Amino acid sequence: MADKPRIKLPKEAAKGEVIQIKTLVSHVMESGQRKDAQGKAIPRKIINKFACEFNGKPVFSCALEPAISANPYVQFSAKVDEAGTFKFSWTDDDGTVITAEEKIALKA
Amino acid sequence: MLQRFVGLAAAGLASASVATCAFAQETERKGIPAPPGHVFKTIISGYEFRSKETRALQDDDLENPGFLAVERAADVWKKVEGTEGKSCMSCHGQAETSMKGVGAAMPKWDDKLKKPVNLEQRINICRTDHMKAEPWKFKSQELTDMTAFVRYQSHGMPVTVKSDGPMSPWFERGKAIYYTRFGQLDLACESCHERNNGKFMRADFLSQGQTNGFPTYRLRDQRLVPLHERFEGCMFDVRAEPFKPLSDEFLALELYVAWRGIGLPVETPAVRN
Repeated sequence: MADKPRIKLPKEAAKGEVIQIKTLVSHVMESGQRKDAQGKAIPRKIINKFACEFNGKPVFSCALEPAISANPYVQFSAKVDEAGTFKFSWTDDDGTVITAEEKIALKA
Repeated sequence: MLQRFVGLAAAGLASASVATCAFAQETERKGIPAPPGHVFKTIISGYEFRSKETRALQDDDLENPGFLAVERAADVWKKVEGTEGKSCMSCHGQAETSMKGVGAAMPKWDDKLKKPVNLEQRINICRTDHMKAEPWKFKSQELTDMTAFVRYQSHGMPVTVKSDGPMSPWFERGKAIYYTRFGQLDLACESCHERNNGKFMRADFLSQGQTNGFPTYRLRDQRLVPLHERFEGCMFDVRAEPFKPLSDEFLALELYVAWRGIGLPVETPAVRN
């Protein structure tokens, strides 16, 4: 079982406010360039895509490459116009997807 | 003549700036005053020797990758394992209260074994004796995670090891190891971490070799590294044959080195190069 990703964003924001979102996920990010003790290549296993959407609309996404170190940390900002849910997804080379959600409310 | 003067002035400037640089770094490193009879005047955490980027990574509880391990172990704490049907929680309850200060005082004397034990050993004693579960292997993710989790409960508390009473022969043994030169490079712990700390070794600062941040997230390994693995690494680097992890030698050394950092706040999980 994959660990729960760590996500930090404010619980509520004013309409139109730009907020900071920080995410950290636990992953080995094996580059595929290394060899084990027997000299056999260790197969590549990385998270190759990170995406974030808000109420179904894409906010941010990026492709991750083998040179990125273990436990990738991604920080970005988003403008909040309405209350809703941020959905995060990390796609592994083997096809598994780690997902997480975080709700945000509008300041009264 | 004029040219020579300009050259001299430039040299003067350069040396002045080097001096201020060195001075600035010196004053930047905050430490705590050492107790009387200690080897250092000021005890300085390894944190102070790292770059501001590395320090920022440690300071932010979200960014610090060591917390991934702490959170993993927080779940394992509640997990029932072994034939006794117990989890850590069955006996110890909430780790936040029951484990407070435990990690800061390790290694500690064990009356039954008649020797000091460190946190890794204590966890495995609990597993084999009370939970009747398989002990975790040293360097396994489970053991290092749990060690970090238990020690994190003492975060910010001062390191307080006891070095008197039955511990004193172990303390003396650790001290002897600390000052013994090992390996083809013929270096003792003291050669780098006492005599030359704060200076450059290749492109990196030598620290005082404090242990208050262990298990430490090493950027080089991209995972948490337990203290005895770091000891092994140091011995390997001086081209010596390392002692075995959790051996009596490393345990004595752990005790002695913990004393050298007495009073430093526990930083587990720290982030280092």
